[in-house]
Amino acid sequence: MSAPVKESRGQEMALTVAVAVVIVLLSLLPMLRLIKEIVAPGGTISDTAIRLGLASPATWTATVNTLVVGFGGTVLAVVLGTFVALLVTLTDIRGRSTLVLAYVMPLMIAPQVTALAWLQLFGPASPFLKMIGMAPPLGSRNPLYSTEGIILLLGVQYGPLVFLLVRAGLRKLPRELIEAARSGGAGWFTVLRTIVLPLMTPSIVAAAALAFVSCVGNFGIPAFLGIPANYLVLPTLIYQKLAGGGPAVLGEAAFLSVLIGVIAMAGILGQEVMSRRRDYRISSTSLPADPYELGKWRLPVEIGMWLFIVLILVLPLFGLLLTSLVPGYGIPLGWATATLDNYRFVLFEHAAARRSFFNSFALSIAAAAFAVLVAVPVGYLVAWGRHKWIRYVNLSIELPYALPGVVLAIAALLMFLRPIPFTGIQLYNTVWIILYAYLARFLVLALRPTVSGYHQIDRALEEAAQVAGAGLFTRLRTIVFPLVAPAALAGGLLIFMTALSELTVSALLWSSGSETIGVVMFSFEQGGDSSYAAAMSAITVSITFVLMLATNLLAPYLPNGVLPWRD
Amino acid sequence: MAGLTLSNVTKTFGDFDAVKDVSIDVRDGEFLAVLGPSGCGKTTLLRLVAGFERVSAGQIRIGGETVSDAGGSVPPEKRRVGIVFQNYALWPHMTVAENVGYSLKVAKVDKAEARRKVDEALALVDLTGLADRRPANLSGGQRQRVALARCLVAAPSLVLFDEPLANLDVHLRASMEDEFAAFHKRTGTTIVYITHDQSEAMALADRIAVMDHGRLAQLATPRELYSEPANEMVASFIAQGIVLPAEVLSAEEGGKARVEVMGQQVTVRCRPGDGPRANASICVRTPDLEIAGEGEPGIEGTVTRAVYKGGALRIDFAPAADPDRVISFEHPGHTGFEEGARLRLRIVSGWLIPGNGPEDGQHA
Ligand SMILES: Nc1ncnc2c1ncn2[C@@H]1O[C@H](COP(=O)(O)OP(=O)(O)O)[C@@H](O)[C@H]1O
Ligand SMILES: [Mg+2]
Repeated sequence: MSAPVKESRGQEMALTVAVAVVIVLLSLLPMLRLIKEIVAPGGTISDTAIRLGLASPATWTATVNTLVVGFGGTVLAVVLGTFVALLVTLTDIRGRSTLVLAYVMPLMIAPQVTALAWLQLFGPASPFLKMIGMAPPLGSRNPLYSTEGIILLLGVQYGPLVFLLVRAGLRKLPRELIEAARSGGAGWFTVLRTIVLPLMTPSIVAAAALAFVSCVGNFGIPAFLGIPANYLVLPTLIYQKLAGGGPAVLGEAAFLSVLIGVIAMAGILGQEVMSRRRDYRISSTSLPADPYELGKWRLPVEIGMWLFIVLILVLPLFGLLLTSLVPGYGIPLGWATATLDNYRFVLFEHAAARRSFFNSFALSIAAAAFAVLVAVPVGYLVAWGRHKWIRYVNLSIELPYALPGVVLAIAALLMFLRPIPFTGIQLYNTVWIILYAYLARFLVLALRPTVSGYHQIDRALEEAAQVAGAGLFTRLRTIVFPLVAPAALAGGLLIFMTALSELTVSALLWSSGSETIGVVMFSFEQGGDSSYAAAMSAITVSITFVLMLATNLLAPYLPNGVLPWRD
Repeated sequence: MAGLTLSNVTKTFGDFDAVKDVSIDVRDGEFLAVLGPSGCGKTTLLRLVAGFERVSAGQIRIGGETVSDAGGSVPPEKRRVGIVFQNYALWPHMTVAENVGYSLKVAKVDKAEARRKVDEALALVDLTGLADRRPANLSGGQRQRVALARCLVAAPSLVLFDEPLANLDVHLRASMEDEFAAFHKRTGTTIVYITHDQSEAMALADRIAVMDHGRLAQLATPRELYSEPANEMVASFIAQGIVLPAEVLSAEEGGKARVEVMGQQVTVRCRPGDGPRANASICVRTPDLEIAGEGEPGIEGTVTRAVYKGGALRIDFAPAADPDRVISFEHPGHTGFEEGARLRLRIVSGWLIPGNGPEDGQHA
């Protein structure tokens, strides 16, 4: 073999190996470690962990509760998301892109912030209800502390997820399929019932599966709404067990987390089965259908939509803002009483809160930067690589994100409870274990847009550089990276926003000194200091909004669909 | 069944006229082809007839009833118009029988009756036995027939085809062409058939409407389009006619007139009443051209290219008087002309394009 051939093979080999190592470390290892804990706790194969877990009545209650809120939340999310998608995509409603932005916003807000916001809106201490004179007496129960409350918020939180998928499906629906039905004599509602909805079932089913996985894995909403009512789902049960028992109950927690994983997988498999049964791929490309003219209903429908947005987005955030300005529990809010003390307290006075801002920022930036740097070469192999196995690599990177966050958190705990072999490095009880979990969990958020970025680039650009004599690493640095950078960076920003107020993973992995914003917010709320929690929420929500707007500047350089809130 | 009348129909998108002032009268039972280059507004015209677009001006009547005018528009589902789309537009989630029976189901036709009609329609397009297949498991030609059966079953007053053969391969195209012709004969349905393929239009249509930049360039029988194009666009578009500038020397007499073309005097066919004028143009086709022998009058020029086309040579000829105006024609045989060879070309006959010369034929 000649030297140049060796060099080029060598570079490709180095890249492949590096990618493989990252993937093994971040997605295969934790999953394997978790499975080992279940089937062979302590090193020998036994079913004790499973038997003990199944024998506990708490397990069963929590499983049933998980399924109830999982299905309930999914149904509500599917109904809301599909309805809004149909309305926004198929009719001549005005202000479409603003509507999409507003409706998708809840997806960008952390679940526990959503929960807090709604709690503040409907609780007896609600400054808003007080303002309009409708507050229930102090001490009465907040109606959201209930199964229905959890289902409602899960539906609100994940409706946008369904919306995005169904809308993408609707946009691919060729107008001829609708027009053929109309010239066959079908009115709009018949077309909707007999053509549009049946053709959208694959999208709707896929969306439902995703919503289901998100609902059963959600921690923030059942933590804020369920724990006070002693209504536990699997993620909150795990949290309570670990919070009470520490590493001693890790085996039990591992079993529970695998149980969630199995439930989530069942959702995904169910979708596979359903979509295999009804596989009607739409292959032709055509223009989307002309919007249905709402006529005299246009204004009422538009008003209805915006009232809906006000209800699910504006009012809760407004409630949050008001609470953050209240000087103390139950004190009515007015010009005289409004105060910024809560903000001063969480930003400058409370040590853990102050630390948490630093920690969360550092963690989010590190996770985002790492993911961007890794996504470019991994995406290169996935999109342009010659190896078949790379497709499975792509799948295994999806896993830590597709499975509920609790699963990954427990796996990380198991891996790092003891010092890393041979090195003696201790990650447990440090901020590094959280970083590890974030890297594993969020990598896919940068990888997805990067891969679609690659698919939009003409490969000839790279090949031209190759012909000009550039080696693989030179090409990656000088040609490929600049081309996919916008997509990868947008992914990085998504990661930053998601990680900034993340709670599910850090609630299980934090320790004194490594608190995250989510964790401190949660402990304020548990301690009854809603105003502090609200102030922290208001800060993160504002940061998210500003970043969303800033990211829009990247939009012209991005493949379609990378920024979920942009139409 | 019903006729279709378009009166001064205009469709504007923004400030762009996709269809401009088109008037066509399609007789009951007629097969009308709409022919034109891509982007000339054919699909828009069809969508106006079907009711998916509203007219910006003008009026559309189907069977004497006004369905579109500036005041309003009958919705597509109430027009009883059948459409066969270029991409077939079969619903992938329904079987062949369900696809075909859709309009009956929507109209709440009795089940047994519907089944009978579906079977009838499937038999008519030769698809008996495929009723329970899914569209995904059919060949292109079969899909096309399902689409045909689907629009037939509703007994539409009018069937619209939008480039139905564009997605099929050449062999299938020829056999589907025959089927469409047979179908028209059998059912006597009024058909508006859109295509950019002139041989298809010529083979099928009673009359052809040639469109150009949204306007109706000519509406005539295939024969008339070929031999008597109304303007330069049609002359050059149909069968690649050669348009040459000419001066009319004499008034029409017995359907003929004398013209001078590139220094040569020729007698060409013309419209009654045409008379002497400058800046006229004539349309000539291969059969109207001859290679002039020694000493015979003709147009001097050079062969710039000679390509063997199987059975004939395609010759590009640059007249000495006007070398930029390349005349392309076919010459039987396969030898005798090399690039650069000098040649004299004689125009034997042609057609005097009516109107006041080139200015009239030009469109903005
Ligand atoms: N909905 C629309 N909005 C704007 N322009 C359109 C629309 N539909 C068609 N056009 C324009 O009208 C012209 C004619 O289009 P079309 O009728 O599809 O042509 P054809 O079918 O002859 O190829 C094209 O230039 C096309 O871009
Ligand atoms: Mg067209």
